[in-house]
Amino acid sequence: MAVAIQGMGHSVKRKEDPRFLRGRGNYIDDLKLPGMLYMDILRSPYAHAIIKSIDASRALTLPGVLAVITGKDLDAAGLAWMPTLMSDKQMVLPVDRVVYQAQEVAAVIATERYIAADGITLIDVDYEPLPVVVDPKKALEPGATLVRPDREQKDNHIWHWEAGDKTATDQSFQEAAVVAKEDIYLPRIHVSSIETCGCVASFDKMAGKLTIWMTTQAPHAIRTVFSLVSKIPEHNIRVISPDIGGGFGGKVPVYPGYVIATVASITTGKPVKWIEDRSENLQADSFARDYHMTAELAATADGKMKALRIKTIADHGAFDAAANPSKFPAGLFSICTGSYDIPAAHMEVDGVYTNKPPGGIAYRCSFRVTEAVHAIERMVDSLALKLNMDPAALRLKNFIPPESFPYKSATGWEYDSGNYPAALHKAMDTIGYADLRREQAEKRARGELMGIGISTFTEIVGAGPSHTFDILGIKMFDSCEIRVHPTGSAIVRIGVQTQGQGHETTFAQIVAEELGLPVENITVEHGDTDTAPYGLGTYASRSTATAGAAAAMAARKIREKARLLAAHLLEASPDDLEWKDYQFQVKGDPARAKTMADIAFAAYTNHPQGMEAGLEAVNYYDPPNLTFPFGSYICVVDIDRGTGEVKIRRFVAIDDCGNIINPMIVDGQIHGGLTMGMAPALLEEISYDEAGNMRQSTFMDYLLPTAMETPAWELDKTCTPSPHHPFGAKGVGESATVGAPPAIVNAVVDALSHVGVSHIDIPITPWKVYAILEAHGLAAP
Amino acid sequence: MAEVQLNINGQPHQADVESRLLLVHFIREVANLTGTHIGCDSTSCGACTVLVDGLPAKSCTLFAVQVNGADISTVEGLEQDGQLHPIQEGFFEEHGLQCGFCTPGMMMAGVALLERNANPSEADVRHAISGNLCRCTGYVNIVKAIQYAGAKMRGELPERAAKEVA
Repeated sequence: MAVAIQGMGHSVKRKEDPRFLRGRGNYIDDLKLPGMLYMDILRSPYAHAIIKSIDASRALTLPGVLAVITGKDLDAAGLAWMPTLMSDKQMVLPVDRVVYQAQEVAAVIATERYIAADGITLIDVDYEPLPVVVDPKKALEPGATLVRPDREQKDNHIWHWEAGDKTATDQSFQEAAVVAKEDIYLPRIHVSSIETCGCVASFDKMAGKLTIWMTTQAPHAIRTVFSLVSKIPEHNIRVISPDIGGGFGGKVPVYPGYVIATVASITTGKPVKWIEDRSENLQADSFARDYHMTAELAATADGKMKALRIKTIADHGAFDAAANPSKFPAGLFSICTGSYDIPAAHMEVDGVYTNKPPGGIAYRCSFRVTEAVHAIERMVDSLALKLNMDPAALRLKNFIPPESFPYKSATGWEYDSGNYPAALHKAMDTIGYADLRREQAEKRARGELMGIGISTFTEIVGAGPSHTFDILGIKMFDSCEIRVHPTGSAIVRIGVQTQGQGHETTFAQIVAEELGLPVENITVEHGDTDTAPYGLGTYASRSTATAGAAAAMAARKIREKARLLAAHLLEASPDDLEWKDYQFQVKGDPARAKTMADIAFAAYTNHPQGMEAGLEAVNYYDPPNLTFPFGSYICVVDIDRGTGEVKIRRFVAIDDCGNIINPMIVDGQIHGGLTMGMAPALLEEISYDEAGNMRQSTFMDYLLPTAMETPAWELDKTCTPSPHHPFGAKGVGESATVGAPPAIVNAVVDALSHVGVSHIDIPITPWKVYAILEAHGLAAP
Repeated sequence: MAEVQLNINGQPHQADVESRLLLVHFIREVANLTGTHIGCDSTSCGACTVLVDGLPAKSCTLFAVQVNGADISTVEGLEQDGQLHPIQEGFFEEHGLQCGFCTPGMMMAGVALLERNANPSEADVRHAISGNLCRCTGYVNIVKAIQYAGAKMRGELPERAAKEVA
């Protein structure tokens, strides 16, 4: 056997690791261009204020400061505002008012990083503070402080969105024997990739070409938006995503800093670098969640679910700069019927402006799916309490049966495939569910607090079918281009953008499997709009579902041409050949065969007359449907009655993401996803005081999980391939972040349910638990 | 301005710098060793961890002048004579990195641990890296990677063919 192919299903070690292990990654702040200038940004101390004047004269006298850019400067060029992805507009720099704390006010361009930082301390801004509204419910009251006087509509309501059948749902609730109801708040959280955001903008006046190295998850879409806004022809804009130090959704939006640095480069004719510090990143970059939900679940007396109803106030901050597909202002929240066969459902979401930074982006989840999963998985447990039923039994009674896929949900989604009972049974067997329930009863009798929480979630990822999904009109397909070289190696270019997911390895495996070329002979490139085919980027677990499919389809196009070449070489009819064991062989005579390396050589040296030379293909894949990964998670917690601390004793995660490209990478994704699920459940929250001051502006206050809090996750799988994906994959990057939080909350509530607790809002901090223990006489003296 | 001389990975680096220049900026911008990263500016995330005279330190909150004359070890110094350090091999073998941004600091914290504890338990490793944040891996494979390096340094793992780590 020659070099191993190592296609689908192999835990191939990562091709990107050698540079990272040696400190030779190429992240944005590592880039240094000749003559490069540095930009720093002055930010507002007030959450809401009129800007009476900005005086930059002291800053401009500082040696090394070359320019100060304000909103008035941008306004003169028509760039003080920019469009958001959600049909709103957003200030790049303010002309007369600021609408949230840490909003950009002015930028200093200097020869050195430290001088730029000095420069912003020398800008004198005269503010007149205005009343502040931070609570979206108060923002909806008549007479509330108006966040956006620039709009024609003179209130803080952005949009109203509904899904499902209201009449049928209300009818079911009227007839229901049992109704569970909870108010659930999912607080603001921040993705906090360890690398902050930044860019280097370099405008070449002679060529008229703008090159921007940028921390972006979606370079092609950014190029189009920049072209539309700046009027620079799109072929004269090159966006490059270098190595990205984590994205998780936070690097999808266009932040004002990118635009200001670009203007600065065009103005000065020099490259301009802008790198956020952590406090800027935490205070001003887009946020996730901030969903105030009231959820109700109706059932028969014996626990058959009949209807689900949810009303939500969504706090989007001062600009609706979320990153949802254009037709989905509330994302895919209508997946909230989850894994259950619920005949009727209706949900309403109202988007609201407040004096906070823009919200509504993802935190490692497909558009608002975490919110949906949290709602349904919490409500199932709340219903189980009402019915005095075991939460596992209630789930098994209401799962969409495996034989009813493809399944049409009450809100209109067609689930591609699933086997929910199999996953839950596997989780229960793995963790020893019955024994744990016995242990819990014994402990409870002794006054000890332990809880068992289940989450049997369904995701909706892989956006998306272009008939439904677009961003600013750009359809959500994705792409791959493959060129096979004469000596049997290949270069693969993709329209999606890795931020740690290992695309350079997994996409090579897809192509290796399809073409029979060894993984080590395949190079994967992405992130340079001058070379990669157009794509919508990596977020919402869409890369494998879309560009992964494109890679397989492009490879299959190559294989069809390869069949003709093989027939020519073997002097056989193409119909007499079969693709087997990674080569074309004559049916019934496997000794007569040609490998892809043989065929590639012939494509450039010995192709038949009349056939084009070369061996390459491109595919733009438009998925026929979304994919629906799922999983069953069970969490066991112990609660310290003395401190209120919640300790995760065990956490079993059974995931089903269909067919797997690289098991090692999939497990790594799930480990990370579970940790980012635990984070908001127990630790992370962004909150504001009445004046709009953000309380968690450093990692001293915004608590990311360390290795100490993070448990040793226990993983296993079931495999239900997607029937419509070319190789049966579904996507996995975000499942665990989506599925884990309710498992943890359900475990804590389960530990306290015997004293009447039916819901706790996240993050479940020790003081929050201790207050409950005290209120119910459970606190240890 | 102050004259600072640092011995970084065995190489002398000398420069006249502002006394407020952070050690991490000396390493990244004076010595042009960009493997050491900046993640939080407040000693919380550990992306900037280097060894100062053999002990792990967060270079984002030290001034270069404070460590004048010190021996500094960074990620770039781990590989010797084309041979990966066991900690690098461990991170590769155990999939201990994803985006790679925390990795250099994480590996330096791991090296410092293994210097003082050749055979750390899982709890020892978790404690030793508790000042280093990773957003991608959930730490599971980082713990395994550091334990792999320990086993390798104790001679319990075979030599690897050089080509397996590119």
